[in-house]
Amino acid sequence: MGERTKLIHSHIKLSAKQAIVLLGIFVVLLAVTATLIGPYPLSLGEVLAAFSRYILGETDPANSKINTVLFSVRIPRIAAALLVGAALSAAGTVYQGLFRNPLVSPDILGVSAGAGLGAALGIFLSLPIVAIQGFAFAGGMATVTLVYMVAIAVRGHEPTLVLVLAGVVVGSLAGACISLLKILADPYDQLPAIIFWLLGSLASIKSNDVWSAAPVVLLGLIPLVLLRWRMNLMTLGDEEAMALGIDPKRLRVLFIASATLITASVVAISGVVGWVGLVMPHIARLTVGPNFDRLLPTAMLMGAGYMLIVDTVARTMVETETPLGILTAFVGAPVFLWLLASGRRSW
Amino acid sequence: MAEWRRPCHLRAGILCYNQLKNLIAYRDHDSYDILTHMIRFVLAILAFIHFLCLPFEISARTVTDSAGREVDVPDNIKRVYAAGPPASVLIYVLAHEKLTGWPRAPRSYERPYIAGPFRDLPETGRLTGRGDTANLEVVLRTRPDLIVDFGSVKDTYISLANAVQEQTGIPYILMDGRFENTPRALRLMGDILGAKKRSETLAKYVENLFSDLDEALIRIKESNRPRVYLARGPAGLETGLKGSINTEIIERAGGRNVADPGPGAKRRGIVQTSIEQVIVANPDTIITWDRNFYDQVRNSPLWSDIDAVKRRRVYLSPTAPFGWIDRPPSINRIFGLKWLASLFYPELFNIDLTMETRNFYKLFYHVELTDNELDGLIKWANGQN
Repeated sequence: MGERTKLIHSHIKLSAKQAIVLLGIFVVLLAVTATLIGPYPLSLGEVLAAFSRYILGETDPANSKINTVLFSVRIPRIAAALLVGAALSAAGTVYQGLFRNPLVSPDILGVSAGAGLGAALGIFLSLPIVAIQGFAFAGGMATVTLVYMVAIAVRGHEPTLVLVLAGVVVGSLAGACISLLKILADPYDQLPAIIFWLLGSLASIKSNDVWSAAPVVLLGLIPLVLLRWRMNLMTLGDEEAMALGIDPKRLRVLFIASATLITASVVAISGVVGWVGLVMPHIARLTVGPNFDRLLPTAMLMGAGYMLIVDTVARTMVETETPLGILTAFVGAPVFLWLLASGRRSW
Repeated sequence: MAEWRRPCHLRAGILCYNQLKNLIAYRDHDSYDILTHMIRFVLAILAFIHFLCLPFEISARTVTDSAGREVDVPDNIKRVYAAGPPASVLIYVLAHEKLTGWPRAPRSYERPYIAGPFRDLPETGRLTGRGDTANLEVVLRTRPDLIVDFGSVKDTYISLANAVQEQTGIPYILMDGRFENTPRALRLMGDILGAKKRSETLAKYVENLFSDLDEALIRIKESNRPRVYLARGPAGLETGLKGSINTEIIERAGGRNVADPGPGAKRRGIVQTSIEQVIVANPDTIITWDRNFYDQVRNSPLWSDIDAVKRRRVYLSPTAPFGWIDRPPSINRIFGLKWLASLFYPELFNIDLTMETRNFYKLFYHVELTDNELDGLIKWANGQN
């Protein structure tokens, strides 16, 4: 019996490392393929030539359009898809561990609703895009802060339960405020902009967006990586974590802050993209097991790859853009139901 | 008026019926009296005549709206409720004194371009279009003689019109808001509102503009027409597909909409697009009314390779009091049509924008622009702050 457990354990450990490496290769291949796909026809030769020019530092005015499409449009967008997918999956992994529930998504504490409210307000005030993104980021952070403060104020219950309930309440309040702004917005230009934003899209991504979001995501990832084994202890529950000598309250604040920072910074540039942060960590857990050490990179790679596939479909399926929120829901919802029905829970 | 006409009509009918019933009932009665009989007979005849004549006396008319609905409208209409922003513009240009309110109160920058007391009309919500915000009680409180909707004539709006008309008892006219229908819509509405002379003047203006355009454009080959992209939203990446009410001005002014889903496509609305698609479409002209987009597009490296930006053919439409090219899709687009044609074909339509603007705002919007206000609009249309 003991031998068998050990065997399974070593088998899982080995396959987890392999899985991560294989996933990494798969994502890189996906990204390379994605640079060749798009409404603007670019052949492999043209792409390679453009890259070699780029590396050699040559400027070729005759090919400025190819350069624009490749370096200013397509590659930033691919990078953004990878970033958004990885970030949402990382945040989802953290939240699912903290709340010890596989049905938890990064939105559980209202970060998307808050970001949506911030963005809707920015659109309503006809602000430039950078300001709309800033509002979205601030809205997401502020909402989670508010949720956390409410949870602290309400004592005498299980802390995670209060957090979830406060998240639901504050999130739906933010949703109501979004609806109010929709009613008040100009039906001819602000209302469609708000609706498109809430459906999520990478259509208007610029390289600046990636450069501004990526450092914040990295900043949020640092504590997750450094404290990864403590995250494993957190999944045991507060009492056991305390018995093992860690302070679950302070750790929870840190993890929530990190995951929120990660989510808010990508939601600010992509709009609300659902399902990725819910389904990908779950599939990752089924693949490599609940150890946060391996779970986090696996989930991030899966999320990045999945988001890239979805976004490539979104920009090429029809002649216009398909909002990401619609596509991720079409894939995510059936997978989620299947997970629910199969009823597996493992930590 | 419609409310009391029906009971009166009914009362005459009941009177007539009662007199006839009495006649029959008393015929074989013992205390039958020839004089009473005569009086009752005469009363019955009079009531019957009254019954027959009533509709003509009250002088309401039946008009057929764009959806083919037959609607009884009173002769003397004093108050009109506009069901949406397009209808409010239609009513405002034809008979501004009859408008009960704006679906959305004019913003501070729009107010100077709306005539005197009418800029202060209350906000009454919209019954139709994107986002229904009107309360039927508010509609009733404004005591309209007529409700008008101007825009799409689809089953949704027909059923809405029927439902509201039945619920409130107020006649509800549905007008086709397509560009080509503008002169007919003006004339029909002018006729209903008793503003025939004015509607004729305005319809003539529109017809002259249309025929001038047709005459000049007939010689321009399809392949020589400008390829136009309508940029909406702060990033400029929302657009209207060809064939939608929001973009038909492009074709009317002799341009080609680059967002063309093909002849068989069912979707004809506002869609999201990506910069790569715009680069592929490579429009030589971009029109927008979004100041944020307009300000950043000329300095954005992403847009710099697009012909329209290279050739400095990105145009910003003023939106006061109503948009020139859309927003709402109503009579206001007529001026945008003139403006766009002059931008697309400067050698064919060489207009004096200042004078044309002054005339149009005076004729359609009832405002005598001050030099300052006029200057503001012209600078706006030239993309200056």
